[in-house]
Amino acid sequence: MNIEEIHQRLVARFGDAIRELKTGVKDPWIEVAPESIALVGEFLRTEPELRFEALNDLTGSDWLETDPKKKTPCDPHVEVVYHLYSYSLKHWCKLKVKTARWKGGVVGELPEVPSVSQVWGIADWHEREAFDLVGIHFTNHPNLRRILCPEDWEGHPLRKDYEFPLEYHGVRGK
Amino acid sequence: MSLTLEDPRIVEFDVRTDEMLVNMGPQHPSTHGVLRLLLRTDGEIVHEVTPHIGYLHRCAEKIGENLSPPQWIPYTDRMDYLAAMNMNLGFSLAIEKLIGMEVTEKAMNLRVIISELNRIASHLVGMGAYGLDLGTFSPFLYAFREREIILDLFEEVCGARLTYSYITMGGVTHDLPDQITIPPGLAQLTERDPNLQLSWSDALRMFLDWMGPRIKEYHTLLTRNAIFVRRTAGLGILSPEMAMSYGCTGPVLRGSGVDYDLRRDGESIYTRMYEGYNYKIPVAPFADPAFGGIPQEATLGDNWCRFFVRMMEVAQSIEIVRQALDRYPSTQGEYRLPFKMNQKLPTDEVYLETECPKGSMGFYVVGDGDAEPFRTRAKSSCFCNLSVTGPLCQGVLIADIPAIVGSLDIVMGEIDR
Repeated sequence: MNIEEIHQRLVARFGDAIRELKTGVKDPWIEVAPESIALVGEFLRTEPELRFEALNDLTGSDWLETDPKKKTPCDPHVEVVYHLYSYSLKHWCKLKVKTARWKGGVVGELPEVPSVSQVWGIADWHEREAFDLVGIHFTNHPNLRRILCPEDWEGHPLRKDYEFPLEYHGVRGK
Repeated sequence: MSLTLEDPRIVEFDVRTDEMLVNMGPQHPSTHGVLRLLLRTDGEIVHEVTPHIGYLHRCAEKIGENLSPPQWIPYTDRMDYLAAMNMNLGFSLAIEKLIGMEVTEKAMNLRVIISELNRIASHLVGMGAYGLDLGTFSPFLYAFREREIILDLFEEVCGARLTYSYITMGGVTHDLPDQITIPPGLAQLTERDPNLQLSWSDALRMFLDWMGPRIKEYHTLLTRNAIFVRRTAGLGILSPEMAMSYGCTGPVLRGSGVDYDLRRDGESIYTRMYEGYNYKIPVAPFADPAFGGIPQEATLGDNWCRFFVRMMEVAQSIEIVRQALDRYPSTQGEYRLPFKMNQKLPTDEVYLETECPKGSMGFYVVGDGDAEPFRTRAKSSCFCNLSVTGPLCQGVLIADIPAIVGSLDIVMGEIDR
């Protein structure tokens, strides 16, 4: 099944929760409303004609232009990108979830996206990594702790406005 | 005469075992680097395993946002440092896909030779180190003897022994040398003059001819060794459903019986490199008679199957390298197309996976019109393979933990990035 057909199936099932089909790019993607992503994931995995058994990659990225000379700065937001693959039907799908950089516009309050760790086992670790590095709070995650940085690390390094700490337990940073 | 609680005869039979937390690592030799496993044990039985990672974290993804792709290539070397060529290849292909670049036939041929050779070297370390985990030392010596020659050959091509940065955007950095001195290890093993001058491809052929028959020795030492089979077969059974759900790839996935190899099933930019090569993809339960069958004790998805997939891949990679060497003289084009250090990346994003020795390594690159990517992401195959440790190690003996973790063949540099 190609991405247009998958998009049609999702729109028929979820309606407005499926926001956009982005084509004309190297890897076309489907944008999903953040609150529906766990249900969409469950549907994609279990539907007999879709059967996306594997989550190849889950990652977050922070969209904030830090270069003031840039002519067309991007709209500030945070997104989570899901790359799915079906071993039995040999087709793939890319999903995106876009949300505000901070919950309610309050700096320091992490944006919330439902966890898909109940759908794919690997999402547990990938979401922990996205939480750790990009700063996205995955709701309903069984164990949302830092995974790569130390437990007491401050900030989320892959945020574009992240500032490297000057000192960590007596080790000078700069 | 009545017995009291303090009576030693009663105390002796009243010993209870409590649960105990045991830290295995991060300096434990059989955790393949700085991996810490937190074991909740009840006597010799392990109830729960929690892997703690991140000891080698360098935030390579953040560094990648500040460097142009050719500058970031050396950082990919340091991810899976046992198969750096394959890491270079994965990232180069992702960037080539992003900017819509096609490399020449010659570059593809060289990439196949080099990355398959690196696959052999990586699996040799996997085999040797797995033997060490299970307490046998000799296979490690055999594996490193062979690997040394491969590293010598790589050194002749690109000057480095581990961190090559050889495969790069547009092709590879050097053509194969016309004349080299025979690698000392190879001269000794094949009883040739240590000053013998020959072309690189002849030296490689000589090595493959010598190594091909040696695979039988590894099978005698490990694969069919009764003790080895007892330690690995029927243990750490990973069902295909679980392997897919936990994102396991590479030999771990194929050891669970899922017939999937990106060299055949991947994206066309990658699979066209392997067009016309004749090789088999070993998948448990190894129905093809060429693989020689499996011992009675072995079950689909156990440690032994994962190990055997790697061993069979070594033999298949030797076949691929031989065929690629035969093609080499007739390939057309430059070995490298120009790619500027500050080449602008288009405003687009791509994700590409390649079949690295340890699994599917994915690179996700977002360009925004600058030379530096807006976002680089390296999806590590070992990261996903390791995540299955917890469910896999429930209720096993402590002594079997190294056998299970070792069969996943992980490299911490790639997990922590």
